[in-house]
Amino acid sequence: MNNFPDFPDEKFRFVKQGETIQDAVFQTKQVGYFRDAMRRFKKNKSSVAAAVIILLLILFAVLTPLFATYDMGFTDPYYTFTRPKCTLLSGLGIWDGCSYRTVNQQTYDYYDAAGAVIKVKDVYEVTDAGRKNTYYDIRVDDYLAVGYEYVNLTPSEYEAALAYEKETGKQLFYPMVDLGKVQQDANAVDANYWFEHNARGVAQRDANGELVPIYKTDESSGDGYAYYSLKMNGNQYQVRVYYYDWFTYKNGQTPAFLFGTDYMGHDILTRLASGARFSLMLSIIVSAINFIIGTIYGAVEGYYGGKLDLVMERIADVLYSIPYMVLFSLLQLRWGKEIGVVGALLLAFVLTGWIGVASTVRSQFYRFKGQEYVLAARTLGARDGRLIARHILPNALGTIVTSCVLMVPGVIFTESSLSYLGVLNLDSSTLTSVGTMLSTAQSALSTYPHAIFFPALFISLMMISFNLFGNGLRDALNPTLRGADD
Amino acid sequence: MGKMWIYILKRILLMLMVCFIIMTICFVMIRMLPDQLPRGNGDYAAAVLAMRKAWGYDEPILTQYLIFLKKIFTEWDWGVCTKVGTYLNPVTSHISEKLPATIAINLSSVIISIPLGLLFGIYAALKKNKWQDHIISVLTMLFISVPAYVYAFLVQYLFGYKLGWFPIIMASGTNYLSWTMIRSMILPVVSMSFGTIAGLMRSTRAELTETLTSDYMLLARAKGLTRRQATLRHALRNSMVPIMPMIISQFVMILSGSLIIEKIFGVPGIGSTYVASILERDYSLFLAVSMFYTAISLAAALVIDLSYGIVDPRIRMGGGKNNE
Repeated sequence: MNNFPDFPDEKFRFVKQGETIQDAVFQTKQVGYFRDAMRRFKKNKSSVAAAVIILLLILFAVLTPLFATYDMGFTDPYYTFTRPKCTLLSGLGIWDGCSYRTVNQQTYDYYDAAGAVIKVKDVYEVTDAGRKNTYYDIRVDDYLAVGYEYVNLTPSEYEAALAYEKETGKQLFYPMVDLGKVQQDANAVDANYWFEHNARGVAQRDANGELVPIYKTDESSGDGYAYYSLKMNGNQYQVRVYYYDWFTYKNGQTPAFLFGTDYMGHDILTRLASGARFSLMLSIIVSAINFIIGTIYGAVEGYYGGKLDLVMERIADVLYSIPYMVLFSLLQLRWGKEIGVVGALLLAFVLTGWIGVASTVRSQFYRFKGQEYVLAARTLGARDGRLIARHILPNALGTIVTSCVLMVPGVIFTESSLSYLGVLNLDSSTLTSVGTMLSTAQSALSTYPHAIFFPALFISLMMISFNLFGNGLRDALNPTLRGADD
Repeated sequence: MGKMWIYILKRILLMLMVCFIIMTICFVMIRMLPDQLPRGNGDYAAAVLAMRKAWGYDEPILTQYLIFLKKIFTEWDWGVCTKVGTYLNPVTSHISEKLPATIAINLSSVIISIPLGLLFGIYAALKKNKWQDHIISVLTMLFISVPAYVYAFLVQYLFGYKLGWFPIIMASGTNYLSWTMIRSMILPVVSMSFGTIAGLMRSTRAELTETLTSDYMLLARAKGLTRRQATLRHALRNSMVPIMPMIISQFVMILSGSLIIEKIFGVPGIGSTYVASILERDYSLFLAVSMFYTAISLAAALVIDLSYGIVDPRIRMGGGKNNE
């Protein structure tokens, strides 16, 4: 049995003689709850991508006003529903504010006179009811299609414009039209009928196919044409301007709207960023308030239980049963004027929004309040407040945070639906929301889809990425899934 | 059995109570609204005042409420339309005029979406983590997240304007089986269905993937059942437990129209009536439709709860602690 040789005693020595023996300090880094959650969140690629998109959308909403060349209240009476134009890409023939149209002879002449025809793709004749009609497939620039306009100026404005003309050498004013030669009275107000035309509005071109001008003459001016007519006893100058150049003169920049303009001539880019900012801010405020109310309500319910819980649950039940449309419209009708549209909206969101959070917190409290560690803490003298806040609530934090994050897209969606339906009216020169933009753009869906495209794209991206982000967050903050996929 | 009936009765009573509380809140708030009287001048204003007085608008709100309740309980009189629809048409008849359009749209949508949702869900669960599943899951994610109105716009623009296959708004009339009507209903029905299909598909997939990995499936295969038999007879039936209530509640919700889809496609249904009553301040109609919506959502919640017990006999409704 004992086949070891006899070792002499001196061959033995203590390993740690003279040292105090204690547990070694962990060499690895400690992984806390949030660090672990972060690590697991990063593994979920789609959620990370969603978080990046959310960040970009927020940056878009916050930073756009710094770079945008038009402000919120900017409107232009002539550039309504103008197609999007990006100055960088317009040379390539995309995103250039142009569109293909099929027009008859009259309309073609009109666009030609306005200088808006970029390209003639096709000319063909159709015999309709024994009559030959010419049709053109042309590419029209929305920004030039406005053509010439009559503008009324005060003498000082007129002088300033003349000075600008002299200084830059750019032509602002064009000869006035001899209204006697305009065939239809209705066309007399349209500054684009400066060419000789017949009763049907078709241009009478010269031998070279050029339009023949019908300008008003005035011997006193340099080239024999009249450049203005006086109105209001000589206190107002009516002039004829080419609107593209006139816009450039008035606004200090050539007209180009990156996302186009809406029905009022607002710049969609600026409005969308502002609407997004409003929607985001509203939803973050709502979710913060609901977080606080819901946590307190749910904690009290869950911790004290019994009759109090029963009563509080019934109150929450009744509030929860009110359909959201009833709630929102009632509050809008009742208090929309007194505390403002936004105030009533906020109130409606806060009135029932906390119930989901409260029930989550309540169930977590029921789960944890009977556990031994709580009993231990209570035995050691911890008061109710401390037990609630320090010992039980942290268990529920993950689920609460997730439900608050998921509340953000919910609020944005509800708000946009309500403004879309018209129950909520947020359309003003200083305020707008994504839903309002959708609502005002829908009437022109067939002809100007761009006005609805950008707000719809924004809200879709927002909803998709918030849902993905929320899902990832829920999995990451759920401690029972810790290490599940390793 | 007795316990179950008592439970149902209790739930219905509770539901009526909640309805009553909400109605009281709504009534009081509506009667406190500022513009009760339409403005006018001369004889018109005097006539309106007289009429309002005859309807009891001069009494304190509580008395008004009692009159209102009495009328409902004795004659089922919810008041008359003042701004929306025909003037002085009883609200109840206005609502029942508007219901068929909503039911036609919603019923078609439910009939289309339930089989499709189930099929896609089952297919995705059977092909779990293969490319088919990934494609279906991504599409589901898109359709659940993107607001219904966005794809309603898309569908309307693409098939209504660009391709011109279907009319942009729903045809008027009541002949829901005529070809023009069916053709005009296709776009709203399709737009409504996307969300339902996606929701149903997601739940079906989640439930079925869970049951497919459970022990009794292993036992079923060990007994010698083919995969098909085991899936159809064991997994599918069990995974339907949480799905069936969803489907049943869909049928209850048929009555309540989608506000947004009805507006986009001009459906003359209950949803657009509701929006009109809010925008035009038709208070009697607004109260009646609000209560209609409240009752339906409460009924749907009740039906969901009850159907759990019917679908799965292991769940005893109203059972106490011991689940007896």
